[in-house]
Amino acid sequence: MAAHLKKRVYEEFTKVVQQQHEDLSTKKLRLTKPSKSAALHVDLCKATSPADALQYLLQFARKPVEVESVEGVVRILLEHYYKENDASVRLKIASLLGLLSKTAGFSPDCIMDDAINTLQNEKSHQVLAQLLDTLLVIGTKLPENPSVRMRLVEVACKHLTDSSHGVRNKCLQLIGCLGPVEKGVAKEAENQAAKDVQKIIGDHFNDQDPRVRTAAIKAMLQLHERGLKLQQTIYSQACKLLADDYEQVRSAAVQLIWVLSQLYPESIVPIPSSNEEIRLVDDAFGKICHMVSDGSWVVRVQAAKLLGSMQQVSSHFLEQTLDKKLMSDLRRKRTAHERAKELYSSGEFSSGRKWGDDAPKEEIDTGAVNLIESGACGAFVHGLEDEMYEVRIAAVEALCMLAQSSPSFAEKCLDFLVDMFNDEIEEVRLQSIHTMRKISHNITLREDQLDTVLAVLEDSSRDIREALHELLCCTNVSTKEGIHLALVELLKNLTKYPTDRESIWKCLKFLGSRHPTLVLPLVPELLSTHPFFDTPEPDMDDPAYIAVLVLIFNAAKSCPTMPALFSDHTFRHYAYLRDSLSHLVPPLRLPGRKLVSSPVSPSITPHEDPSQQFLHQSLERVYNLQHLDPQGIQELLEFTIRDLQRLGELQSELAGMADFTATYLQCQLLLIKALQEKLWNVAAPLYLKQNALASAAAKQILEETYKMEFMYSGVESRQVVIIHHMRLQAKALQLIVTARTTRGVEPLFGMCEKFLQEVDSFQRCFISELPHMQGSFVDKLLDLMPRLVTSKPSEVVKILQTTLRQSTFLHLPLPEQLHRATANIIEPTGESDNPLRFTSGLVVALDVDATLEHVQDPQGTVKVQVLYPDGQAQLIHPKPADFRNPGPGRHRLITQVYLSHTAWTEPCQIEVRLLLAYNSNRSKASARIPKASWNESLEALPPSENGIEGTIPFSKPVKVYIMPKPARR
Amino acid sequence: FLAFSLHPGAGQDVGRSCILVSIAGKNVMLDCGMHMGYNDDRRFPDFSYITQNGRLTDFLDCVIISHFHLDHCGALPYFSEMVGYDGPIYMTHPTKAICPILLEDYRKITVDKKGETNFFTSQMIKDCMKKVVAVHLHQTVQVDEELEIKAYYAGHVLGAAMFQIKVGCESVVYTGDYNMTPDRHLGAAWIDKCRPDLLISESTYATTIRDSKRCRERDFLKKVHETVERGGKVLIPVFALGRAQELCILLETFWERMNLKAPIYFSTGLTEKANHYYKLFITWTNQKIRKTFVQRNMFEFKHIKAFDRAFADNPGPMVVFATPGMLHAGQSLQIFRKWAGNEKNMVIMPGYCVQGTVGHKILSGQRKLEMEGRQILEVKMQVEYMSFSAHADAKGIMQLIRQAEPRNVLLVHGEAKKMEFLKQKIEQEFHVSCYMPANGETTTIFTNPSIPVDISLGLLKREAATGPVPDAKKPKLMHGTLLMKDNSFRLVSPEQALKELGLAEHQLRFTCRVHIQDPRKEHETVLRVYNHLKGVLKDYSVQHLPDGSITVESILIQATAHSEDQGTKVLLVSWTYQDEELGSYLTSLLKKGLPQSTS
Repeated sequence: MAAHLKKRVYEEFTKVVQQQHEDLSTKKLRLTKPSKSAALHVDLCKATSPADALQYLLQFARKPVEVESVEGVVRILLEHYYKENDASVRLKIASLLGLLSKTAGFSPDCIMDDAINTLQNEKSHQVLAQLLDTLLVIGTKLPENPSVRMRLVEVACKHLTDSSHGVRNKCLQLIGCLGPVEKGVAKEAENQAAKDVQKIIGDHFNDQDPRVRTAAIKAMLQLHERGLKLQQTIYSQACKLLADDYEQVRSAAVQLIWVLSQLYPESIVPIPSSNEEIRLVDDAFGKICHMVSDGSWVVRVQAAKLLGSMQQVSSHFLEQTLDKKLMSDLRRKRTAHERAKELYSSGEFSSGRKWGDDAPKEEIDTGAVNLIESGACGAFVHGLEDEMYEVRIAAVEALCMLAQSSPSFAEKCLDFLVDMFNDEIEEVRLQSIHTMRKISHNITLREDQLDTVLAVLEDSSRDIREALHELLCCTNVSTKEGIHLALVELLKNLTKYPTDRESIWKCLKFLGSRHPTLVLPLVPELLSTHPFFDTPEPDMDDPAYIAVLVLIFNAAKSCPTMPALFSDHTFRHYAYLRDSLSHLVPPLRLPGRKLVSSPVSPSITPHEDPSQQFLHQSLERVYNLQHLDPQGIQELLEFTIRDLQRLGELQSELAGMADFTATYLQCQLLLIKALQEKLWNVAAPLYLKQNALASAAAKQILEETYKMEFMYSGVESRQVVIIHHMRLQAKALQLIVTARTTRGVEPLFGMCEKFLQEVDSFQRCFISELPHMQGSFVDKLLDLMPRLVTSKPSEVVKILQTTLRQSTFLHLPLPEQLHRATANIIEPTGESDNPLRFTSGLVVALDVDATLEHVQDPQGTVKVQVLYPDGQAQLIHPKPADFRNPGPGRHRLITQVYLSHTAWTEPCQIEVRLLLAYNSNRSKASARIPKASWNESLEALPPSENGIEGTIPFSKPVKVYIMPKPARR
Repeated sequence: FLAFSLHPGAGQDVGRSCILVSIAGKNVMLDCGMHMGYNDDRRFPDFSYITQNGRLTDFLDCVIISHFHLDHCGALPYFSEMVGYDGPIYMTHPTKAICPILLEDYRKITVDKKGETNFFTSQMIKDCMKKVVAVHLHQTVQVDEELEIKAYYAGHVLGAAMFQIKVGCESVVYTGDYNMTPDRHLGAAWIDKCRPDLLISESTYATTIRDSKRCRERDFLKKVHETVERGGKVLIPVFALGRAQELCILLETFWERMNLKAPIYFSTGLTEKANHYYKLFITWTNQKIRKTFVQRNMFEFKHIKAFDRAFADNPGPMVVFATPGMLHAGQSLQIFRKWAGNEKNMVIMPGYCVQGTVGHKILSGQRKLEMEGRQILEVKMQVEYMSFSAHADAKGIMQLIRQAEPRNVLLVHGEAKKMEFLKQKIEQEFHVSCYMPANGETTTIFTNPSIPVDISLGLLKREAATGPVPDAKKPKLMHGTLLMKDNSFRLVSPEQALKELGLAEHQLRFTCRVHIQDPRKEHETVLRVYNHLKGVLKDYSVQHLPDGSITVESILIQATAHSEDQGTKVLLVSWTYQDEELGSYLTSLLKKGLPQSTS
């Protein structure tokens, strides 16, 4: 309310100032809202030179214009437009017209005629282009007005013959954006001399200026995007454009061809120079493949990317993309891939040691060899060997998409992908590993391929290794030798990079559970058991031994015969690992041992329903208890909270849900406690203690509500209302407490006003949700609003207190999925006793490695906090590049934190933790308020909407031992 | 026309590149190479072929060197200092830097080791280099007013370039050696759509389509890695420049990636000097090196150290690059003899070996070698062959042709039989004529040069205004008088031409009689003709004059009755020379006769 008042005051103010201007000079003008336009008019009249006028216009452009005065301003501008001789000023006016018509809430149809009229006498090409641009803006602002659009398109068609490329460009753009899309409209319009837009645009495919050609193709694509079905006849035209001299034309033409191939995949086109005919999609595929060896890398990237999405192409065409017939001295040569395959199938390991091992075999018929085929031959071979890594990445991506839809192609492209593991640029290597993972369900690795894949495990880049582990998790291996090889290489990896431990164990877990039958024959060897002799018991803490056990136990899960091969200590180790690494070791049905049914039983699905039921039941119970005595309510709440917390610990799936509700109930509990009647009845001096309790409660509730709002992913607007409502209650409580403790009325005025503002903004944000909140605090408050606005602070407080106490407890609906954001710092481990020594005043870099789950937009929100023993705290914003996204909902932060301090006498521990930063402005609630912004200028938002920024710690702190030494002189 | 003469070297032969091009009266020599196989006069091109009498400087406008390999620049000091040429020599900056090192090395081997006399001296190399003008990529250099050259990136070795030579509107592109697939240290050759009249391309691998580079690299790395892990030593005989750097980068990055610790050595010598230039000319290398050199210059090797003779006996694994590449002498052979006996060790031959060298013998599977002094060396170490060649293969050549869109192609620097195949392919695929001259043969290619003509603005505007709207893609007919005066062409209006030449204007008029069968009266016939023409020629002004004649624009038509046969009318059509087009159209129209009376 007060915000409204304030705004009104501002408005009055501006009016007053500018009306003076009007009185002075332009009395004759009749304007809807004279303020802005009058000032502008005065300025423009004062301008003596074009440069002056331009300056005024530039200044004017920096300030926003209200919706109501837009039309007036436009009229003024137009008036000056006709008077103006200087082209640059006219250009600026034209651009201002465009900007003004963009103003939200302004309907530009009233100025359209004028804008079109200005075109008539304009000589300058630049101004013409700008005016057309303005018309484009106007047209896009009026989407539901076909006649206006028709008119604009007609205007554009008229100017298509202009000699300047800029004007033609804009015309085409306009036609593309506004041209009629539905067939019916087009036919109607035929009478009105507006021809088929496609034909008009198509005619400009042969324009002399490459920029216009590009614009024409883009306009065509725009039409397609707007839903017009392009005619097949432009296909041949587009094909000709592929040989254009300019790269931007070729690039756009490739897109157009792709669009057409998706529209008419099955129609038949003739092959020039022969009588044969092929499907259009195949022809287009061949043509785009051809562009993969274009001279410009921009076009190559474009072509390679588009290839990936052409899934209707026939398989023999697809397979040709990987085919590059090798020859040497006109004799056919086998590729290294073919050789490797042959060696493998003949049961021999690659010797490859003879010179001329790759000696060419059969003679080639010279006529049959086609060096540059018009078809798809070897497109990917070229793409993957390209000079620019952008092209290579695009090719790998395309390969991935095609392989996902075609298993036979996946099998074929495997060799090429494996080759890419050796690329010189890490990004490409990583991308190809990811690609391989995505298609892994379609393929089985041959031993020689596995060998090359595993060779990459020694890579020094952690990302590569981890991506490879992920890949191994889901690959199919064909032989037991393959499994053995993989295990050996992984163990090698483990000794070389001990930090990979977790990732390797996880990898072996999946490897074991996927290939139980292949692991079975390896078990004696792996456990080094002997039929007759007892072998020494291996060290239980050896990560390599654990790795082997993880593999075996996971295989044993679906292979009941395996435990018979275990020796005694293996069973003991099993029991130990089952407890310590329960996420890696599955429960096994071991002979002679009872499977202890642990709380977390093997199959979770049957349990899900009861626990969910439990959750809902306990909530029901709480919500139904409106009429119990306060004591009873409190107890019940306490019990329920305890239950929920326990449930969260037991059931990881429901943890988010349980925590969320528990927090909510906790807030409610605090509120009830703080409002206990007897607290408020005591006299003021005694009151201090209770006061402390209540204000602490208010503060805690506030904190908890922020946690609820920002720490959980999957929170919907229904929950957000409840959370905000709870926050409002807490604020009311705060107000009451302050009112009772402070003397004097002045400070209360401000507080009351602020609170009322908040109620107001709450109402505005959640107007749609209010009906669901019958009987709640806010509902009652809004009823009393008129009284509150007029009454004194003391009364307000009184009213608040009663409403707060009378209000009912809101039911918290639960969303489908709710996850709590969690973070786990893997490194530093906090176990080290060796302090990190560095010279004071200099910096030391601390590697931080953490996993984040269910954090939305971690780049913007996750911060690292370092707490020094002297209480100094440092907040670090990690770079966006430090976040990796290994899977949905999961993120990984690998960053370096720079520490520095003055000299200490002895080593001490610092704390490192992760924080989740929030800003209430960013919340889903305020996103709904349409922000009225004109260009760059944004008026300061009303204070009530100013965000409260804060942070929530969401990881366990880790202690790091450091020791800044004094600098030696 | 464009004369192209292939001259002492190149042609259908590898080595000794030297090509002479005459283009629109300018003579340019492309490359000046030597032949590795000969030790007598045949090693250098026969420069007497160019001119029998007179100095070379007067005859040649410039010399262009494509890259620093000796078969492309080896004869340069001989040519410029001993035969005598003082004109400009063009090469790229890296070539200019590295070329003298190689020439000096070559001179040392021939003079100091083999004791030859009558060879160029160090001073001559220096003097020769003073005549060199260095060019940048894509920089257009004006050799004189008419001749200009431009360099394009060619891959192959550091600083290799393709050159476009242009005189007026005629142009030639000479590729030198080039590589269309990027490697570990250089990018791929690139040219724009310059549409030259002639593309002179090398064709070393005219009949080969190579396997992907990655397989070869992977194999190489895998073999080295395995041997080193076993504790064996790896010997890689290389030539000092070019492939050696590629392999170094390959191993260096692999060592870095895999965190390997075994030492890698490079035998010293001219390599170090050359390596210095590799570090400097970063802009000439591939994307990866260019992008990362700010952090670290890839040629500043971390793992590769200089080799010392004593290191060969060190225990433990190591990798050594040693010269020369064919194991015929020098350090590589010494190391080979030391390591050959151990089956854990390995030798990798990264290139082709000439018959008779130790390299060739071991590659062909010989396990017992007879060394000098009747020693028998038993080779137990593994012998591997890896081809790392940086020439474009058949597909690459075709790709370049597609990029440049030449009107003619000429193949050099390859074997005749292989070139024949490629020639046939090119003609079939691109429909351009392809030539493959032999040594000393001259090929003449006729071009269709366009000749620029000046036209006065007034005339242009006047002519452009008539007829349909100008369309830049279509040729347009213009009327004017072509004046050829003082070696320049001008298109002027007829009046001006007359004035300039001081001539009086003559009227030229064509008259033509057309017989029409029409029994009616004369003026009726005239009326019919008038109506007919009016109907057909809608865009022209057709008038019926009171004296019974018709005018179409300025063409006059009169009708008279035939003197003998009253049923036949004679139409007299008369037009001036300027209206020839319309006039002849009109007569042919009238000859077809009038349409049957439409009442």
